[in-house]
Amino acid sequence: MALDTGTTAWLLAATALVMLMTPGVGFFYGGLVRRKNFISMVALAFIAFALVSIQWVLIGYSLAFGQDIGGFIGNLQYIGLQGVGMDPGEGTYPPLLFMAFQLVFAAIAMAIVTSGMAERVRLSAFVVFTLLWTTLVYDPLAHWALGGGWAMQLGGLDFAGGTVVHISSGFAALAVALVIGKRTGFGEYSLEPHNIPMTLLGAALLWFGWFGFNAGSALAANGIAANAFVVTNTSAAAGALAWLCASWLSGKPSSLGMVTGAIAGLVAITPAAGYVTPLASIVIGAMAGYICYRAMLFRINRKLDESLDAWAVHGVGGLWGAIATGIFAIAAVSGYSGLIEGNVNQFLANVAGALAALIYAFVVSYVLALVVDRTIGLRVSEEEEYVGLDISQHGERA
Amino acid sequence: MKMIKAIIRPEKIDFVKRALEEHGFFGMTTYEVMGRGEQKGIPLTYRGKTILVDLLPKVSVEVVVPDSDTDAMVNVIATTARTGKIGDGRIFIIPVDESVRVRTHEVDPTMKQQ
Repeated sequence: MALDTGTTAWLLAATALVMLMTPGVGFFYGGLVRRKNFISMVALAFIAFALVSIQWVLIGYSLAFGQDIGGFIGNLQYIGLQGVGMDPGEGTYPPLLFMAFQLVFAAIAMAIVTSGMAERVRLSAFVVFTLLWTTLVYDPLAHWALGGGWAMQLGGLDFAGGTVVHISSGFAALAVALVIGKRTGFGEYSLEPHNIPMTLLGAALLWFGWFGFNAGSALAANGIAANAFVVTNTSAAAGALAWLCASWLSGKPSSLGMVTGAIAGLVAITPAAGYVTPLASIVIGAMAGYICYRAMLFRINRKLDESLDAWAVHGVGGLWGAIATGIFAIAAVSGYSGLIEGNVNQFLANVAGALAALIYAFVVSYVLALVVDRTIGLRVSEEEEYVGLDISQHGERA
Repeated sequence: MKMIKAIIRPEKIDFVKRALEEHGFFGMTTYEVMGRGEQKGIPLTYRGKTILVDLLPKVSVEVVVPDSDTDAMVNVIATTARTGKIGDGRIFIIPVDESVRVRTHEVDPTMKQQ
């Protein structure tokens, strides 16, 4: 096949759209922390982006998309992007562009994990943890689900990386939070968000970038991309309204709740975007808003300081998305049937893929966090935490 | 009549507010301030480089009470805002001549008792 200019142009744009999501996560989280940690939160997202950008070029892409070894990991054939060129070969776009498109996914996954260490992580430990996590957690998971590994061979449907990006980062954030411990004062006095409009702006960047994330994952400028685009927006809207109503029933309709619900809807539609209809996406998004809201309340009641709710929104929302894909996939959209059309196997393959990713991500992240904690120390000193990470880690003030 | 001006840790303001309420003190003015005491802030050693954080965020709480309530009020604030570590803050007690209610222009009767 020859290079398709339409597809190539769309993938270039989609890659840039997804890139914006990583700082978007930074601003979303940055508004939720206290002012003394605002720069830190945004900086962690940028640092994650930069580190993963280099790691992916050197080794990550090869581990995820190289020749399959035992269904678990790719080989080193693409190390340093050797053999990843401009010539489309069998495809319709340059492999080099596909590499860049996958890079921005790897980066945002890492940025989401920062939720579990917010306001207390030591920067040097974060750098080490990032390199370990993206290599030993993200790259194998990307290989399983997207790069020809066992989950893909089993036939699990994951359109745009719901298990790889969202389940993995959500459960990793929980694991890190358990290792690093609660923030000083958590549960004693209120640790209020310092700038909700900043979080709303971050959510806007995420919602916008998500069109590249999901519609770009069609890897073509075609009808499936259009379907992904429409269901993405619909699910986000349904999630926003569901959470808004849930918070309205128990008090005031919170704007923060609304955008969190929108993110939950976006997370849940991610694995499903190329397989379900717009009407199904209303159900998926609304359920995501409600389920993630309950998950957040559960987290708070259990006094877990997974500080910015990556677990509730990305972890639990991603899990619901994987299950929902197995339920609502319809042959009329792109030839795959889910439970709704009587295909139990599809449903089971999806649940298996999601659970395996969940367990792998949680366990390995926990071990990695523990190793970094015992060697370098994941957490800043009490004084550094008190004055805030902006000054203690960056020497700057917001 | 006295003004109690307490400069305390920001994370203690909710506790102080609640404790004052329990003792029947409701009115107050608070604002966020930056300040330092005799230690001139907190020195942090980071990678061999010393950063002196010389102004730390605090909350200033101002309450005006009749003379007879002054000791009780100071006592409540000093106990609730205390952690025992350096940086707990200060309480200043300042004489106040008069208190006028803006809405009615009357000299505040609740403050009259001496």
